[in-house]
Amino acid sequence: MNYTDRLENVSVLGAAGKMGSGILLLTAIEMADLSLKPDNKGKSFVINAIDVSSEALFGLMKYIRTQVFKAAEKKIIALRAVYHHRADLIENSEIINQYVDDVMLLIRPSIHIEVAYHSGLIFEAIKEDPALKVKLFSQINENSIKQPWFFTNTSSIPINELDKNAKLNGRVLGVHFYNPPAIQKLVEIIKAENTLPELSEFALLFSKNLRKTVVPSHDFAGFIGNGHFMRDALHGINEAEKLRASYSFAESVYLINKITQDYLIRPMGIFQLIDYVGIDVCQYIMSVMNPYLPNEDLHSNLLDKMIEIGVKGGQNADGSQKDGFLKYEKGKVVAIYDLDQKVYIQVDSFQQNCDRKLGEMPATVKPWKAVVGKQGMDEYFTSYFHEVKAMSTMGAGIASNYFLRSKEIAEKLVADKVAFTEEDVNTVLKTGFFHAYGPINNFMN
Amino acid sequence: MVAGYNTISMGTGRKEFNPKKERPGIEEYMREAGQAVIKMIGGAQNVDEAVIGNFIASRFNRQANMGAFLPYIDEGLRYKPAVRVEGACATGALALVTGIRSVLAETADVVLVLGIEVQNTVKAIYCADFLAAAGWAKERKDGHAYFFPGKFSDRAKEYYAQFGKEKTRQAMAQWFANAVENARLCPTAQEHHNTTKDLFALGMTEPNPKGFLDSLNVFDCSKVSDGASAIVIVSEEGLKRIGIPKSQAVEVIGFGQAQEDITKPPSDHTKLSTTEVAVKKAMENAGITKEQLATVECHDCFTIAGIMATEAIGFAEHGKGPDFVLEGHTKRTGKIPFNTTGGLVGWGHPTGATGVHQAITIWEQLTGIAGDSQIKINADRPYGLTINMGGDDKSLVAIVYKRAE
Repeated sequence: MNYTDRLENVSVLGAAGKMGSGILLLTAIEMADLSLKPDNKGKSFVINAIDVSSEALFGLMKYIRTQVFKAAEKKIIALRAVYHHRADLIENSEIINQYVDDVMLLIRPSIHIEVAYHSGLIFEAIKEDPALKVKLFSQINENSIKQPWFFTNTSSIPINELDKNAKLNGRVLGVHFYNPPAIQKLVEIIKAENTLPELSEFALLFSKNLRKTVVPSHDFAGFIGNGHFMRDALHGINEAEKLRASYSFAESVYLINKITQDYLIRPMGIFQLIDYVGIDVCQYIMSVMNPYLPNEDLHSNLLDKMIEIGVKGGQNADGSQKDGFLKYEKGKVVAIYDLDQKVYIQVDSFQQNCDRKLGEMPATVKPWKAVVGKQGMDEYFTSYFHEVKAMSTMGAGIASNYFLRSKEIAEKLVADKVAFTEEDVNTVLKTGFFHAYGPINNFMN
Repeated sequence: MVAGYNTISMGTGRKEFNPKKERPGIEEYMREAGQAVIKMIGGAQNVDEAVIGNFIASRFNRQANMGAFLPYIDEGLRYKPAVRVEGACATGALALVTGIRSVLAETADVVLVLGIEVQNTVKAIYCADFLAAAGWAKERKDGHAYFFPGKFSDRAKEYYAQFGKEKTRQAMAQWFANAVENARLCPTAQEHHNTTKDLFALGMTEPNPKGFLDSLNVFDCSKVSDGASAIVIVSEEGLKRIGIPKSQAVEVIGFGQAQEDITKPPSDHTKLSTTEVAVKKAMENAGITKEQLATVECHDCFTIAGIMATEAIGFAEHGKGPDFVLEGHTKRTGKIPFNTTGGLVGWGHPTGATGVHQAITIWEQLTGIAGDSQIKINADRPYGLTINMGGDDKSLVAIVYKRAE
């Protein structure tokens, strides 16, 4: 079965979710592009969008249509060539509409898992529940008329476990997209012990066609992305806990969030990132990873408490941020949850005082937007982080420790053979988390 | 001609432009420009007739029958005659010529000419579909997604091949830089707020055929604009009626029109042959030579078209336009300042209004009311020239002006 044949019938499990919808979109577009090649005339392509809720699938189809429109508008130059043989399609608008139709025609929404029995390739993007994943994989594998390949989007469960428990004989691969898959460039690819080589070969070509940056990771719970993020988050949580001796809960969260965003020049502070991913998701990922870490306790009581109260973060269906540690209005942080008082406290009410306590910002600090994605910034980061290191303010002190801890976590991922190389860790943080610099650097030496 | 008024050329580049927010439509732009002119000429009762220049509101705004907006501009225009003219991007000057002919035929003494286009109703990619109507419809299928930019990219490519790419690209970047520098001085210009420091470097951005075109970058292109421009064309009689002194008006000394076959490709991609004919006609009609020109408003829908225009007028030999521009002759401080309020690249290109805007810039310059944009007009070179082009050098109007005496 070649690349095209493998993509003739595909199923996406959890298609209406945040990750599933993105994977569905990218895959459907790739399949449509294949179907429009003259060589593939006469072949039929199908992608099943499988989810448990009909209502969610309805919303999914609307989302996909909008996104395909945007994608078509972007690649109109190429599409005019693709549809050149169609004398009836003259204007850009006609070609764009036709392309949207051609993509949408491939997608079949369904609430029945049975449709996946005809697929040669299964993308799985359901919730991070090992037992459920194994159950669905087994069911499809036992009933399938093909020998399907399973690409799982898990960000934390070892692929080996899924292979063994679902008896897939190496027909499984970790293909971990980052959120949102349509935009984020990174794909982590994780082979289990027995994964057949053709799966990774296919995944590499597929990712390349989707214009993704591929980073291979060893098959260790959490892989590179969550391997860094979960520990980094836990460090942030612990730092905030320390501050609670002298500050209110909301103030402590504010301080650490500000330091991790502004002092470390990151796209968002650590508590905002936890909210973005979802407090419940973070808690769950830690619980999946923790059993595999005998010398470490990757667990946060604070996250447990937040979930108990029902403060979860995450995103609304339209992509807007739900309130978590922080409260958002039009994407901006306006208040911070106080665990002791169980209410959101307006940032305005304590910001000035907290900022004063942190001390002067480093003089040469630049906003993340001004430095992200730019080449040749090493010199700047070296001089900036030397400045931070030399400062004696509270903010700079916490920032320095944080910076070094992040580096330590990253280096350990290489030492523990989770990542193949230091560069891979840096690539994951830069492309998957939009950091302006990789954590493994000499900026503070 | 007298009493000109331009609205802001609205679109990307203007601080107040937000594509997600509701914006004024054709009605508001027509009303703003029309009312401003009517006020200057002492009221609607002084208008004998009107000419509306509009290229393609039928697609951008689902609107035709444009003449019927006159009473909406001012009730005093109710029941007055009006006509809407169209010649793609040369629409504005065709509207002017229609008014001029009316005055020359003595069927009117005061003609209100209003050019209007509102194009930001759709994304650029669909805008390209609408504007493609300026070319031959049967060529659309094989044309580029960005049809007209594609046409001029082909011209630029041929020009690079014949006369050298590096120098031509440098001249195009210089044209862009001049345009924005001039636009910064004109409050209604679309690039008025542009603060880029190194405009030349930006203009030198390598064209990218994957995202746009093989031989033009976006800075080589005029903008997608909303705007209206209005002016009145008057006889001597008419000027007396509206009570404006002669010294505040410009006189139309001559004009030239030329049409080329829309179904045929250009005879030479490196030349604007029809432009050359129209300019020659206008200059002969006016009885002047290019050496007597103080300033030119040319149709730089693309920077390469600006360079070719310097050759079509005869300022530079064929193939030497890039040198002429690089030597600084077309700058506002140069030998013959071009497009002193930014031209189509810098001021903007609300297609149906452009020809009228060009006339207004010349009127302002020659009568000394151009504000920060004002250039020096020497007594021995008192003439101004406008060139308005429709399609790929297909519909041409050139007009020669001088301050009225």
